[in-house]
Parts: sequence; structure tokens; C-alpha cells
Amino acid sequence: MMKYLSEFRDSKAVRGLVEEIHAIPLDRKVKIMEVCGTHTMSIRKFGIHRLVEDEVELISGPGCPVCVTPVSYIDQAIMLAERDDVIITTFGDMLRVPGTEGSLEDRGRDVRVVYSPIESLKIAEENPSKKVVFLAVGFETTVPTIAATISEAHRRGIDNFYILEGNKIMPPAMRALLDDRNMQIDGFLLPGHVCTVSGYLQYRFIAEEYGRTAVVSGFEPVDILLAIREILLMVNNGKREIRNLYPRAVRPEGNRRAMELVNRIFKEADVEWRGLGNIPGSGLVLREEFERFRITQVIELPEIKSREHPLCLCGEVLKGKAKPEDCKLFGKGCTPEHPIGPCMVSSEGTCAAHYRYRSH
Amino acid sequence: MCLGVPMKILSVNQEFGTAEAEISGFRQQIRIDLLEDVREGEYVIVHAGFAIQKISEEDAKSTLELLKDIFFDDEIPE
Ligand code: SF4
Repeated sequence: MMKYLSEFRDSKAVRGLVEEIHAIPLDRKVKIMEVCGTHTMSIRKFGIHRLVEDEVELISGPGCPVCVTPVSYIDQAIMLAERDDVIITTFGDMLRVPGTEGSLEDRGRDVRVVYSPIESLKIAEENPSKKVVFLAVGFETTVPTIAATISEAHRRGIDNFYILEGNKIMPPAMRALLDDRNMQIDGFLLPGHVCTVSGYLQYRFIAEEYGRTAVVSGFEPVDILLAIREILLMVNNGKREIRNLYPRAVRPEGNRRAMELVNRIFKEADVEWRGLGNIPGSGLVLREEFERFRITQVIELPEIKSREHPLCLCGEVLKGKAKPEDCKLFGKGCTPEHPIGPCMVSSEGTCAAHYRYRSH
Repeated sequence: MCLGVPMKILSVNQEFGTAEAEISGFRQQIRIDLLEDVREGEYVIVHAGFAIQKISEEDAKSTLELLKDIFFDDEIPE
């Protein structure tokens, strides 16, 4: 066991890989984007960006679900949370995200952090006079757990459980980034646990339509360096392919059973991302048969003018166009203790990762 | 938030689609209805209370070490 572990963290293996990367002849710096908050954390924690800084510019993309949730969604959640007849259930990351005014934490009446969406059903059964609303935020990894919860509520006839729809899927966002001519990303590190559920075949468009590369990567320093080396070799050889270097947890087709359940409950829709704007087919909303779980069907929310903090660059950070350090508030007005934008709230937000490991 | 934590299956309740699972001595009931045919003794990746994929024992253990490293500063993740 220890041997196996040390193999992954072995600094010799890391050093060897870094040397191999240095030896690849490149005529320019290669731009690689990671679209997974856990990759961002691992890269920053182990200082991988520094090890390969001569060859690679590592850019963080829209990999943190809470961060890409637009402020209008947070405002809607806060409006719901202020009502007497509502109990909000949510993942903890959402609590402190600033809305236009305040956050769920300081304005909500009954906001309960759950570890799993399925806990909402018990809360709904125990509080029959209340409407229990789960804040459905998250990418492909999380969506099946929400779909399973809705399916279970449907089966058990629980009629006071709802969701506020906010789920998103990754491929259309990557397409939007690739369509941006100013970006010129050479390759992507594909998110390991998103691909565990959805597989990686759906990312073939990156090679086939855009002539770029992408590699599914695990989260160990060696995993990430292997993936970087693979992308550099492909760039060097003029190859444009999608490869899986995380077969330990990722099969080409992903988890079919989970995806089938998701497709039974949800359908794709055009939705808003913070920073990236409206992206066609990038969100998941309830199918007609399950619309009764949509909270906005039973509670009409007034339109309000949602506003982000004028100095917060989170939107640009999510597109990879700004670095947290470019923000005037980074580490000054904005810290994990007093976050101004979502990228500093969630532990996997890019600003939070840069702040936490700023000495690396 | 897309983080999966590896756990070992201790016992399975097929009828309810649940299992008793364990990680570093911490026990928890999880849902196994997103996977086919989960058995006692197997390792799975758990995300938000649901098993989302099976993995090998070695992979489970190496992943766990990494998670402790990055997220929990050597505490056991819950
Ligand atoms: S440091 Fe804070 S204010 Fe600046 S971009 Fe990041 S989250 Fe926004």
C-alpha cells in the first residue's frame, strides 16, 4: 500500500516527469486550461504551475459550480429563504456566496446544509406545512444525485419538495471558450469525477471540430504532470486527440445508469453562467412530467435587478481572462473570511485556491 | 464540489438501494441505486451520499490520501 502511494507522490517520479517535459521541443508556450476546481487546488497546493512555467501557461476555467452560478440565482435563493413557508436545503458552499444584498447565511430564516440532496426528503416529511427547496447547483457529478432524489420523491408521493434549478453541464461551456478567438487554448485537462459519471466521448468535438487536445486526468501531482506531458507531446507531434489518463475511475461511456436517470428527469436548456453569459444547451431543467418539482411554478418570484460587486473580477477569472491577482480586492478587501465574490467563497474557487496557496 | 470520496461497502440493502459504507473508521449509510450490483467488500467513489462508480482497493486508498492532503489537512473527510 505505502509503496503504491509513494509511487504517486514520489518526488523522483515528479522530477523525472518535469525533466521529460522540459525536454519536449516547443516553439512557444502552450496554454492548458483546467476546468475542475479540484485540479485547481491540486495544482496550486503542489506548485505544479511553477514546475512547468517555462513550457506551459496553466489557466483555471469555469470549474467551480458555485462560482459559475449567476448572482440572479443567489438572489432568488435568498428571496425564497426569507419566506416563512420555505425551508432551504443546500450544499454548504452556497451559504456565504454574496447576492446583490447579503447572503443566504445572513438573510435566510431556515437554511439547512445537507451533505446529500436526499436528506431534503426527510426534512420535507417532517415539515409537511413547509415547502422544502433544494438549491440544485452542480455539474455532471452531482446531477445524478439530484435526479435520484426527485425520482424518489416522485415515487413516494412527497408533495412539498422542490428544487431551484441551477445545474449545468461542462461541454457547452468549453465550446463557448473555444469559440472565443481571444482565448486560444491548446488543450484541456478534463475533470476526473465529472467524466466518471458522463464519460469522455462527448468531448471528442474538442479534437474533431476545434483541432485541440484534451486529457482526462486524475488529481495526484503525477496524474496532472502526466496529462500535461501528454498534451505537450500531442501539440509537438501535431496530434489532436482526446485521451484518458485516469482509467482508474473513468470509463469511456461513464456511468450509463446514472446518465439514463438524469435524462429521464432533466432536459438541456440555455442558461446563464457567471462571466460566460448565456450558453446554449448548457443547463439542465426539469422535463414536463417533473415540472411540479420546480419551485418557481408554485412561488412566483419578483424580478429584481441583480448586481455583482463592481470591482469583483470573478467573471473574468472564470473565463481564464484574468488572474485573481489582477483583482484589486484580492487578499485585501476579499479573503476567504470576508469573500466579495463566489470565487473566494468555495474552497475550490480559483481566488480561494490562489489565496490559500499564495506562497507556493 | 465534484469531489468523490472512496468508501468500502460493509453491507448492502438491495431492497432500499442503500449500503453501509466506511472510510477511515467513519461509517455512513449511502445510496447505491446509481450503480448496478454493488457488493459487500467492494470500493466505490461516493459523491453527495451516492456511490457513483466502483474502483479498485488500491485506487481507493491512494485517492483517499490525496484528499486528506488537499482538503482536510489530514483529517478524515465526512
Ligand atoms: S479576489 Fe474576490 S473580489 Fe476579486 S475576483 Fe476574486 S472573488 Fe472577486
